Amino acid sequence: MTKQAANWSPYDNNGGSCVAIAGIDYCVIAADTRMSTGYSILTREYSKICKLADKSLMASSGFQADVKALQKLLAARHLIYQHQHNKQMSCPAMAQLLSNTLYYKRFFPYYSFNVLGGLDTEGKGCVYTYDAVGSYERVGYGCQGSGSTLIMPFLDNQLKSPSPLLLPAQDAVTPLSEAEAVDLVKTCFASATERDIYTGDKLEIVVLNADGIRREYMELRRD
Amino acid sequence: MSKSAIEVPSQGGFSFDLCRRNDMLAKKGVGLPSFLKTGTTIVGLIFQDGVILGADTRATEGPIVADKNCEKIHYMAPNIYCCGAGTAADTEAVTDMVSSQLQLHRYHTGRESRVVTALTLLKKHLFSYQGHVSAALVLGGVDITGPHLHTIYPHGSTDTLPFATMGSGSLAAMAMFESNYKEGLTRDEGIKLVVDAICSGIFNDLGSGSNVDVCVITKGHKEYLRNHLLPNPRTFVSSKGYTFTKKTEVLSTKIIPLKERVEVTEGGDAMEE
Repeated sequence: MTKQAANWSPYDNNGGSCVAIAGIDYCVIAADTRMSTGYSILTREYSKICKLADKSLMASSGFQADVKALQKLLAARHLIYQHQHNKQMSCPAMAQLLSNTLYYKRFFPYYSFNVLGGLDTEGKGCVYTYDAVGSYERVGYGCQGSGSTLIMPFLDNQLKSPSPLLLPAQDAVTPLSEAEAVDLVKTCFASATERDIYTGDKLEIVVLNADGIRREYMELRRD
Repeated sequence: MSKSAIEVPSQGGFSFDLCRRNDMLAKKGVGLPSFLKTGTTIVGLIFQDGVILGADTRATEGPIVADKNCEKIHYMAPNIYCCGAGTAADTEAVTDMVSSQLQLHRYHTGRESRVVTALTLLKKHLFSYQGHVSAALVLGGVDITGPHLHTIYPHGSTDTLPFATMGSGSLAAMAMFESNYKEGLTRDEGIKLVVDAICSGIFNDLGSGSNVDVCVITKGHKEYLRNHLLPNPRTFVSSKGYTFTKKTEVLSTKIIPLKERVEVTEGGDAMEE
């Protein structure tokens, strides 16, 4: 008796791309606002970026129903933490919580590809990149989603330190200024939109620094 | 040694000889290479003086845009053009082939090509390949018998219609046509409706995008308006640009000179004419 393949899948892919870049005293998190299914657009104005704590933001692409469920769970756990510890969760703590939450559903995963960005306890920018089941790593920049294969090589070229064979490895955070990082992100998305059909409509950029949170929007191609 | 089946000489049509080999390769894990599909919105309509064809210009390879400005309106004859959706290689090959056949036919008969001739040549070819040639076409032209517009499906069936749409964006485009089409449209009204239908496909279908191509065919005259509309410019160009100075590091260099193997003599015999 051969195993029957499922004729129904509980998952769907709503497309989109997310990027986060860590700076010396800031963090830039960006995602496009297009939500699609198959070849159709569901909406042009859907935010993929969620504020989990004062100093942590999460951008997620993949199956938005699972993303929404994950965000609700993390918000609830953060509230419990605040009641128990009388303070907000730090970004590294939130990073660990997200990883554990994802691995908890190791055998029926959240179809959610996340990038967590924020400021660590010293006020330096930090970015954590995840896979669907919770493997994570602190990095200087990260991207996920349908346009990630287009954006990552460009970020590697602009932000990665040269080979450690010749020079000692540089710090994870980029030496770029906040304005330069935002410019870089805008270029990444304008380029990814040209070649990826699931990325486009509008770009939402959130900048987190010592002064607080700033939100910016940019128009992208709508085709 | 006797053969169980009568040996039939090959008469064209699809040769299934390699199917067993493909199955064997698939079992070993070697998949078929992916095709370049054109996603696409293509349309055609009949107006008072002739036929107008329209198409978008995006070619996709899965979720990636392979060509941002490809040409989907193909030349068949001076008075006949054909829009193609489906696998790009198939639409190119089949339209080129029938275009050549039409030219030979024109020399043979001494007359202008008729749209039904192109239609029959295309549908015979596609039917004989049983749908494996994945070309969905909108064929339009004006000949001695008047303006004609046809759709041709990959399996070889055809329809004759006053307005038609094909491709992944066909529903978006047909919505525009069904709302706004009427008989006896003027040239400008017809072009505007075609442009609206293609734009509807471009903005609402992810498989279609970039620019609008239009082709207007009337009795004795045709106008191919390549990139008639460009509604999708790049939204952001960095003002200072980017430098790409990081090169691959050279760790060590070793130069081995090649010894001369052949003696080169100057002069000698000139090459044969």
